Parts: sequence; C-alpha cells; structure tokens
Amino acid sequence: MKNFILPCLFAVAASLAYGQQGADIVGRIVGGQKAVIAIPDFRGAGRAGNFAATFNETLFSDIDQAGVFKMAPKSMFPLNVPQRPEDFRKPLQYDPNNRTRAPWLLDWSEPPVSSDFLAFGYTAEQDNQMVLFGWLFNVRQPEVSGAQVIGKIYHGSLDEEGARKVAHEFATDILRQFGVESLAGSKIYFVSNRSGSKEIWVMDYDGSNQKQFTFYKNLVTMPNVSPDGTRLAFTSFAGGAPQIVVHSLETGRKIPFYNQRASMNATAAFTPDGKQIIYSSTASGWAQLYRANSDGSKLERLTNTRSIEVEPKINPKTGNEILFVSGRGGPQQIYKMNIDGTDVTRLTTGEGEASNPSWNPQGSHMAFAWTRGYSPGNWNIFIMDVATREYVQLTQGAGRNENPTWAPDGRHVVFSSNRSGSMQIWSMLADGTQLRQLTSAGVNEKPVWTK
Amino acid sequence: MIAFFTAEPSTIERGQASVLKWDVKGADTVSINQGLGTVSASGNRSVFPSSTTSYTLTASNAGGSVTESVTVNVTAPAVKEPPATPAPSDDFGTMVSKLIQDIYFDYDKSEMREDSRATLTKNADALKTIFGKFPNNTLTIEGHCDERGSAEYNLGLGDRRATATKDFLTQLGVSADRLRTISYGKERPTCTESNEGCWSKNRRSHFVAQ
Repeated sequence: MKNFILPCLFAVAASLAYGQQGADIVGRIVGGQKAVIAIPDFRGAGRAGNFAATFNETLFSDIDQAGVFKMAPKSMFPLNVPQRPEDFRKPLQYDPNNRTRAPWLLDWSEPPVSSDFLAFGYTAEQDNQMVLFGWLFNVRQPEVSGAQVIGKIYHGSLDEEGARKVAHEFATDILRQFGVESLAGSKIYFVSNRSGSKEIWVMDYDGSNQKQFTFYKNLVTMPNVSPDGTRLAFTSFAGGAPQIVVHSLETGRKIPFYNQRASMNATAAFTPDGKQIIYSSTASGWAQLYRANSDGSKLERLTNTRSIEVEPKINPKTGNEILFVSGRGGPQQIYKMNIDGTDVTRLTTGEGEASNPSWNPQGSHMAFAWTRGYSPGNWNIFIMDVATREYVQLTQGAGRNENPTWAPDGRHVVFSSNRSGSMQIWSMLADGTQLRQLTSAGVNEKPVWTK
Repeated sequence: MIAFFTAEPSTIERGQASVLKWDVKGADTVSINQGLGTVSASGNRSVFPSSTTSYTLTASNAGGSVTESVTVNVTAPAVKEPPATPAPSDDFGTMVSKLIQDIYFDYDKSEMREDSRATLTKNADALKTIFGKFPNNTLTIEGHCDERGSAEYNLGLGDRRATATKDFLTQLGVSADRLRTISYGKERPTCTESNEGCWSKNRRSHFVAQ
C-alpha cells in the first residue's frame, strides 16, 4: 500500500493571517494545503441499516475533525454512489454533461465535487455481526485498477457501539495513509465543578461520553496523565493544604505518592518513561521545582530561587528539557532548563504574563497562554517553536483562553475559554481553525488530551 | 465697611472646628450672633457647631449698620466601629472573628503594605491575648489571589502571602506552632466581579479559627 505524506503532496503553505513567521510555524504543524475527500453516506444492508446513521456520522466526524482533509460538500455528489469497486464502469462515450449513468472516477474528481479521494463501501449483517466493507480510492488516477488505496473488511457488534467501532477503525486506516494518527479513542481529562465541587472528569475526544472520574467532594484540580496513559496525577485539597494525588487509570484506585512536608505540593507532571514526577513544592518557603520517583521518593531539588516556580513539563521526546513558569524575573514568564536544573533560559519575551506550557508530542513546539498585547488576566493561546522562539497567536482576544494541551496527533490543541460566557473546554486545529466547544454544563477547565 | 467675613473650612464633620475670619473698617461696633457677641474689628474665632449654622456679622456706626453672613455646613462623622471588646464568655472562633482582620496585598506581590503592617501589628497583640486564653487552639492563615494570574502560579503566590503573613506575626512574638498556612490561589474568591474593586478584596490573607 502506498503512503501519502501531505507535506510531499502539497508543499504550498497555507496563506494564514498571522504574518509569515506564524504561517511557517503552523504550516509545519498542520501541513499546508489540504487534499479534498468525498465521503458519501454508506448504505447498511439488512439489520446493519438500523445503525447506518451512527456509522456515517462517526466516519464523517473522525475524518473532518482530524483536519487533514477538506470535506467535499455532500450536496454536490453525483446521484449514483458506488458501493463496491465493481460499480465503477467507464462510460463507453464519456460525456461530461451526462455522466450519471454510471459512477466513474471523473464524477468525483471533476467539478462540482472536485475531490482527490473518495471513501465508499457498505455495512451488512453477517452471522449476527456488523461487517464493514470499506474502500478508499484516489479518484485522480486515470484507471479504476490503479485507484484503490484501501480495501478492507472490518467487524463489529450489530449495534450502535459496533457501528462506531468499525467507523473509527476505517477512519484510523484512512488517516494513517496520510501519516496522521487518528484521534478516535483518545480521551480528554478535565476539571469540572458540575458535581458541586471541582473534580476530575473524562470525556471522548469529541466531547461525547462525559463522566466524573474523582469523587473527593473537595477541590481537585490541575490534572496530568502519564505518557503511557495508565496514571493520573492531580492537585487535591481533600487533606487540607494542596497535595499531589496519583490514581491508576486502569483500576481507578489511588496509588501511593509521598508528599514532602510542605504547605503546598502541586502541578505534577510525569517524565516520558513514567518513572519520575516533577512538581512544585513550598518546602523551602517558596514554590520551587523538584523531581522524585513516581512514588514521591528520592527527592531532588531542581531550582533554587526566592520566587514562585510552577508547572514543570518535560520534553516528551528527549526527556531532558523542562519548560516551567517562573516569577524570578518579575511577572510570570516561561523558562526552559535541563532536567538537572542547569542552563536556564527565558523563552517568552518578558512582555505580559505567560503560563501553562505544553510540549507537543514531537517535543519541538510548545502551546502556552500569554497576555502579551492585553491587560493582565486576558490570556490567549500561543504556539512557539522552542528552538527558534518564533511564536504565533492562535486566539485573538475572544474571552480568556488558558491551559492549552496537545492532542496525541500533535496537530490539535484543547484549551479552556470563557468566550461563550462561561469557562468551557474547546478544541481546535493548531492553526487556530476548526474550533469546537466540547462542554457546556457547569464550569470546565484544565483539559489534558491523552491516547 | 465689611472687607471680608469667611468660614474655613465651610464644611466640617461634627466635632471638628471651622475658623471664622473677618476684617471690618470704619465701624464703631462689630458683633457676631450665635452667642459670639461683640468682637474686635478684625480677628478670628474657632467655632464647633453641632449642626449646620449661619453666622451673621453686624457692623454698625453712626451712619447705620451692615451685615454679612457665612454658613458652616456640618456633616455627620463617619461612624467608627467601637473597638470590639470580647465578652468573657466568647469562644476562640468568636474572638478571632471579632479581633483579627484580613490584610491585603498589591497585584502579584507578597510583600506587606504599610496598612497591612499596621493591621498585622494589631492582630499580633490580639493573638497573644487569644492564644493565652485558648492554649489548645490554632489559627489557619489562608492566602488568596485575584483572578488574573494563572491558577497554577496563584497557588504559589497565595502560599507566599500566607507564609509571609505567618512570618510577620511570628516576628512580633506570636508562637509559630499555633499558626498554619494554606493557599487557595484564586480558587476561593470572596468577590467575583472582574474589576479592581473586587480584585483588591481577593488579594488577601484571611484568618480562620481551627
């Protein structure tokens, strides 16, 4: 099977409204001009037809949200939609004004559809199971024989869940052809007050399936998930002063973590191997950064200043560089240092106040919140190339926008914003487009996107 | 004949003084009503009216008399809270809430302002009395911040405010082991509007009896 890597196919950078510097940064992340894909509704044969709507919604949403493709408008689709490769029959005499007699590649590649790719197929009932026959065709190919990119059979249960499962799997395969990891199956942990106090909640990446995860009936906030997705660390007031608590995401149970004697232990984050936790503690009288084993033992102090330092985040690729927030030079800014505390440099310019650094999975860029250009408290989401310190502003003053974290695909960002009137969780493509509000009940903040 | 007749200031709080000043030329007698009687041709006199009062100066000679009036406006003084005097039966929590006052900070600062130092000095004296009476109780100092800094940074800032408050009280002789600190950052604001009036109330150390 042939792999299509977008930056090779489409080298032209998108013309974005950020100035050249910004366009370069997001162009490298989200990949410039997009290919067009047509996804007509799949038919469901027999009892599979009962779940066709769920299947079609899920497949369309997964592909659309990935931000890899431009979705061809369904209203432009030809009347005859193929269900199988055999349905493509070349007209004897091709007539561009009358080509509805048989589905042909040109029906999809020529205006008005003007698509590059077509996903088609059907679902059916087989041995009391759901079966999906899915194909992806490159409709720019001259012959049907050379057009197939994917042709695969998927199995699921004969219900809504099965329909979603086969749709997610097919979408994942399509996206993989373009070097993109599907977000289907990824989770977002976040803080919500809708139970009466702030607790950790979890939802699917598209905002569905929202569930309460912690039940402390107290102030619980600032979640972070281990890179392997097995553990959740957060800051809890359940014992009085803020302390770090770790839970298993597999059993849901609390895992022992030794909190050093301090009026505050908070903002914990895992190292890439999951074996250590770095966090901020006031053991010295000031909030300073420490590293410990994942059970809290073998403490090592990383910073030594009389200023407030919080939110340490380790580069997930190198396991070495730590981004953190410090007031050592005045108003809070983002700094970088090595994991042993050496080589401290400030990354943000010193303007305004900066917070919430988050590495992308590739360890090259950080998303963060900054008040640059606005008065204190008016945060916007920015992305910075950590090596060159070029940055781009992704939100433009609509409400307060904070706590951006990256999706596992390294192309999406989830954040909290009060632009709708209350603080809610939003996701967007890392160029600031494809904004989606994921929550609406209560106050919701501090999202973390995990595999 | 009357060069001037003034009252400075013309508005006072009850209990304060206003000064009447006058200068009269070519008069045989000069008098001011409201009980001041005959006065010299030029001079000044402090008056303490308990309500808004008009003073009339009358200057007379063989040709007749002329008058000039000034009014001193009197406002009610700001009601000062009588110093809370704890009753002998008050428990620890009641005494703390009667005698211990919150202190306030500037934005992104944990240094004591002048007004906070004065309040803390009073708090320290009261705490020594209270702790003497209740040897088994402790006081929690909560550090709070306004909504503008990030929640994470504010957790550190609130802790710093609480700790600096504890250190100040300790230096004034309050026993450190009776004081605990906790930071709520910006998670527990006392005021929820987005303006300086509200923010200044939220940048505080708050004292809670345990």
